[in-house]
Amino acid sequence: MPEADTSKAGLQLEEINIKLAGHALIDLSLSVSPGEIVTIMGPSGSGKSSLLAYLCGFLAPDFRAGGRILLNGKDITSLPPEQRHLGILFQDPLLFPHLSVAGNLAFGLSADCKGRQKRAQTIAGALADINMDGFEARDPATLSGGQKARVALARVLLSEPKALLLDEPFSKLDADLRAQIRSHVFGRARQKGLPTLLVTHDEMDAEAAGGRIIRLDPCGL
Amino acid sequence: MTNTEKGSLLFRPAPLLALLLMLGPILAGLLGVLLPAFGWMPVLGQERLTLAPFSDLFVTPGLLRSLALSLASGLIATCLAVLLTIGLLAGWSDTRLLRSMQQLISPLLSIPHAATALGFAFLFAPSGWLVRMISPDLTGWSRPPDWLFPHDPFGLAMIIGLTIKEMPFLLLVSLAALPQIEAGKMATAARTLGYGKVASWLYAVWPRLYRQIRLPVFATIAYASSVVDVALILGPTNPPTLAVQLVRWMSDPDLSMRLLASAGALLQLVVTLAALALWWLAERILSHLIAHAIGTGRRFQKDGVIRWLGALFNIAAVVIMLSGLAGLALWSIAGLWCFPDAMPVTLTLQNWMRHASMLSEPLLNALLIGLLSTLIGLLVTIACLETECRAHRTPASRSLSILYWPLIVPQVAFLFGLQLIAISLDVAYSLWSVVLSHLVFVLPYIFLSLGAPWRALDPRFAGIAASLGHGPWSILFRIRLPMLLRPILTAAAIGFAVSIGQYLATILMGGGRWETITTEAVSLSAGGNRRLIGLYAMLQMLLPFLGFLLAVGVPHILFRNRRDMAPTNR
Repeated sequence: MPEADTSKAGLQLEEINIKLAGHALIDLSLSVSPGEIVTIMGPSGSGKSSLLAYLCGFLAPDFRAGGRILLNGKDITSLPPEQRHLGILFQDPLLFPHLSVAGNLAFGLSADCKGRQKRAQTIAGALADINMDGFEARDPATLSGGQKARVALARVLLSEPKALLLDEPFSKLDADLRAQIRSHVFGRARQKGLPTLLVTHDEMDAEAAGGRIIRLDPCGL
Repeated sequence: MTNTEKGSLLFRPAPLLALLLMLGPILAGLLGVLLPAFGWMPVLGQERLTLAPFSDLFVTPGLLRSLALSLASGLIATCLAVLLTIGLLAGWSDTRLLRSMQQLISPLLSIPHAATALGFAFLFAPSGWLVRMISPDLTGWSRPPDWLFPHDPFGLAMIIGLTIKEMPFLLLVSLAALPQIEAGKMATAARTLGYGKVASWLYAVWPRLYRQIRLPVFATIAYASSVVDVALILGPTNPPTLAVQLVRWMSDPDLSMRLLASAGALLQLVVTLAALALWWLAERILSHLIAHAIGTGRRFQKDGVIRWLGALFNIAAVVIMLSGLAGLALWSIAGLWCFPDAMPVTLTLQNWMRHASMLSEPLLNALLIGLLSTLIGLLVTIACLETECRAHRTPASRSLSILYWPLIVPQVAFLFGLQLIAISLDVAYSLWSVVLSHLVFVLPYIFLSLGAPWRALDPRFAGIAASLGHGPWSILFRIRLPMLLRPILTAAAIGFAVSIGQYLATILMGGGRWETITTEAVSLSAGGNRRLIGLYAMLQMLLPFLGFLLAVGVPHILFRNRRDMAPTNR
């Protein structure tokens, strides 16, 4: 793997443009440094979720998209989704319903972590980090909303992403829970030094992120 | 091209393969009867194009009556089944009656037509269960009356038998379509404008529901106008329906009858198309009538009689079907059962034990053919749906209607041509030719059943999995297939049930070398051994039932601690 020089550390978006049926949705250049949280705000239909889908590599073929994505200096634009090392969190925690909590975390845990015991320990440690010790065998459907959100975050972090993309991940949480989860996610992103891109339509989210805010209007920038 | 796209290269031929498996045999089969119909059959030394087969066909005694019977059974049985469905849905939506009917009917759908028809025959025959139940107390009969029923010359038994079997199909197809068209809201809106319950449903829901279930209705017409097994069991014998007449010619030891049969197969195609055309015409007229009725603004608030009639006929249909099946079960364990006793004197498992060795071969054949065709059908379907997923493509509605082709082209028209081709290629009567012919029907049903739940799976699960570093294969095997295990097994159970029920494909492509419980049950139906028929019919019911039991039981056990994998939460 080509090690990038530190001057290019972070997530660079170069002239990303996304069109749907000839109509420009996104036209954007942006650099997010490690540990920085940049918020992209816009109403629904402004193409902010399409932007994240494009970055992850699963934009539907109805869209036309171009531009370069650089992660720590490496061009990942044409890599398949599974090789981009971009972690993403959606509105819903999307825990796999057929797996236990530990199964979900193991699915996220990078294959570089080898050995049954070591993997089990890592997962136990990740659960301890989110104050959910001993939840390994639990059915995700029986967790509370906050617990699901925390497991989803732990699952992403175990996959050792090099950047974090957040697609309105707090919008379905209760107001009191939202602040708590928000600070938890942001704290982890900063602690791990992950360049983080948050898309939201909630001013409170943007404020709490405490970073730059880019506003999209309904017809693109 | 990204790696993901490269990964799908392996799957790319899948849709083509599916198309080939479904439409290939139909087109080949139709071509296979086309030449012999015009006198070209080198195997028989016939190498001159001529219209002789058709002129022979048209002078067949009773041909017009055969045609009329085929046409009538297709149209009348479908019409009655549609009316029953409307009667239940229009009068009884959101009631306990509809819910319990749905629960009763769902398992009945998987029972082969032949078993249902045999049950019907056992119930209504002169020495059948019904007469036994009321004799001699009510009738004074100590010997069976001299009725020609089933096999009545007007085909009434056949038409009623088909109706009660097709009603569950149309009802379940409708129930699946209703949520898509927001039926509840529409009907409520009409009711708040003062329309009666039935009128609200007919005006606000039916026209759009019909658009959704049109292809299944067409499939029902085509099936009922060309069916062989039900017509053999319940239909008139002299003359029989065109399809039955064709099968007689096809199996005639005089090989020159093959030419006549080929010409007849083309005629069957025309008859079925004519039935569809007549139905289409009736559709036009009725839609104008409904539009006119809406224009008058009449509210039809007093619809009590209509509603109760709808309920009565539906309940009667289900009761007839269930008691017929119960009769089969009873005969399979009946000891001495003399007319006019309502019940056998003794119940015994001796029938089962005595015939066990005879039952085992047709049973194993049915299992083998069913499992193979289901497995292939499932693999091809999954490959198609996975290709679609990886290409992020949504299916065109046209490609969906192709799935109905094999269900609309009359079986008897193309299977005979397929048999002729198989004979000339020297692959006739092999296991694979039977399996491939079953696949023509198994594949569309698996596809129709699995397509919707597969496409409904939230694509973000795959997105999450990819962002966690998992490639397309890992996503398929660790996320998509396990999450869809329940619908996959249900689709497999449906495919298996369809294969078990195949009569014509099995006899024409198996040529007597691949006897299954269904072909045995139908061929025994002409004789009078009710215990033996009961045994085969029971097996016909049990095998699909076991399939569905597994389809429900396996996910239940695997996911017993996974609440969101329960059927209601999907």
